[in-house]
Amino acid sequence: MTGSIEEKQYLVRFKADKKSHLTVLDDDICLKNCPDKLCTLFCPAEVYKWEGLRMQVGYEGCHECGSCRIGCPYQNIKWEYPKGGHGIVFRLA
Amino acid sequence: MPEKFDVIVVGAGPAGTSCAYTCAKNGLKVLQIERGEYPGSKNVMGGVLYRKQMEEIIPEFWKEAPLERPVVEQRFWMMDKESAVSFGYKGLEWAKEPYNNFTVLRAKFDQWFAGKGVEAGVLLINETVATECIVEDGKVVGIKTDRPDGEVYADVTVLADGVNSLLGKQLGFHKEFRPDEVALTVMEVINLSKDKINDRFNLEDNQGCTIEIFGDSTKGNLGTAFIYTNKESINIGVGTTLSSMISSRMKPYDLLDYLKNHPMVRNLIGGGEPAEYLAHLIPEGGYHSVPKVAGNGVLVVGDAAQLVNAIHREGSNMAMASGRMAAETIMEAHQAGDFSHEFLNAYRDKLYDSFIIKDLKKYKNATHVFEHNPQYFKEYVPMLNRAASKFFTVDGSSKKTKQKQIIKTMTSEKGTIKLIKDVYKAWKAVK
Repeated sequence: MTGSIEEKQYLVRFKADKKSHLTVLDDDICLKNCPDKLCTLFCPAEVYKWEGLRMQVGYEGCHECGSCRIGCPYQNIKWEYPKGGHGIVFRLA
Repeated sequence: MPEKFDVIVVGAGPAGTSCAYTCAKNGLKVLQIERGEYPGSKNVMGGVLYRKQMEEIIPEFWKEAPLERPVVEQRFWMMDKESAVSFGYKGLEWAKEPYNNFTVLRAKFDQWFAGKGVEAGVLLINETVATECIVEDGKVVGIKTDRPDGEVYADVTVLADGVNSLLGKQLGFHKEFRPDEVALTVMEVINLSKDKINDRFNLEDNQGCTIEIFGDSTKGNLGTAFIYTNKESINIGVGTTLSSMISSRMKPYDLLDYLKNHPMVRNLIGGGEPAEYLAHLIPEGGYHSVPKVAGNGVLVVGDAAQLVNAIHREGSNMAMASGRMAAETIMEAHQAGDFSHEFLNAYRDKLYDSFIIKDLKKYKNATHVFEHNPQYFKEYVPMLNRAASKFFTVDGSSKKTKQKQIIKTMTSEKGTIKLIKDVYKAWKAVK
């Protein structure tokens, strides 16, 4: 029954905008202040991936839950809603 | 001059639609703005909808609404690694009118409900983000949207924009939430045949079951898991406060897989086909986190007002009741021609005088107490399981001896005084 996060994300419909609604304000803060890169752990869609010097933001798979905005200990994530009609489209629950 | 409405409702979840529907039904000119492709496309809950508060808006809604199953059994598990102490209630009076509550799939239900609003005269505009409230002379007079020339005006703007309520934050009604005020919850819808569901949960076709699971379902962290039966699928989910998720370094989807593979759980969902994966925040700060809910020309309802009773997993009912109360106040304001903070504060009074704030007040310290005393979920749930195992294992010793041994183990593990203190603290938090 177990599926990796990739398999879970395949179950979801996304209508991605061309432009990211999530912005890491300063990669240096992640680099210097946040050894565990917390958002890469608690984000339920694995949107954030640390690439050594900068944070890669896979906004296309975002569930728009808001955890990263609230959970980033450095308030280093600017969080907006995707453009109307874009982003995640839940079909069932 | 842009078009002006009596009411603008931002958001088409249960709170927003309850408000929009009630206003339109009573002849007000209502604009409802939804950022998703359709109502429900951004909305998530575990899946329990309460009859009472829905019926107050649409009588006998169960005859036409897309519901899954009326819940006839509610189970609670205190779960350890390979065991669970359970209790619950099953009553067939809940299988017939007027029912108690229902499982629902929100994408379907929210579309239906918003459709009822449209039938009543609501102008519903999908695929539109309300980007900010327009404030003139200290009064909210409308909203800006992300459409070209997207400014719209109304006497009252209702913020039903959900747990993140960026508009409430813009107005300074609440500060940014702390990670211990919200629960990060992930869930899967798992397709399973009707027959399998009926057999595994001991149900008939039009009967549903809910299971709330504490303890090892969150690896001892503050939170719960749930399993709800739909007609031909199961909603299974787990959540903890965002602060617990962060401090435990758990990945939410790993926790969900841990739950799905748990020996107490896996056979209930075995052979099922995952159909959707969903993540959402639940406002769980309770009484202390409720923001300002009324201002000049503006009201806040539902999750945006943090109206969730986490202990009893009630939220959709509070959303609907708050939406209805907001609508009643708006109609009174409309008659009086007064949309000031002072007048609209009648909504706040209604809210505080109702079960909503009374229930939140009852549990006002619960989240805090459990967050700062992890022993309840981490230590007492396993202890309870060991005690039950001991008591129910037939090993030749007398029941009296067993009782003594159990009490002795508990007091020696925790110390008598600490144990009594913890029991008192928990009782005080929920009394």
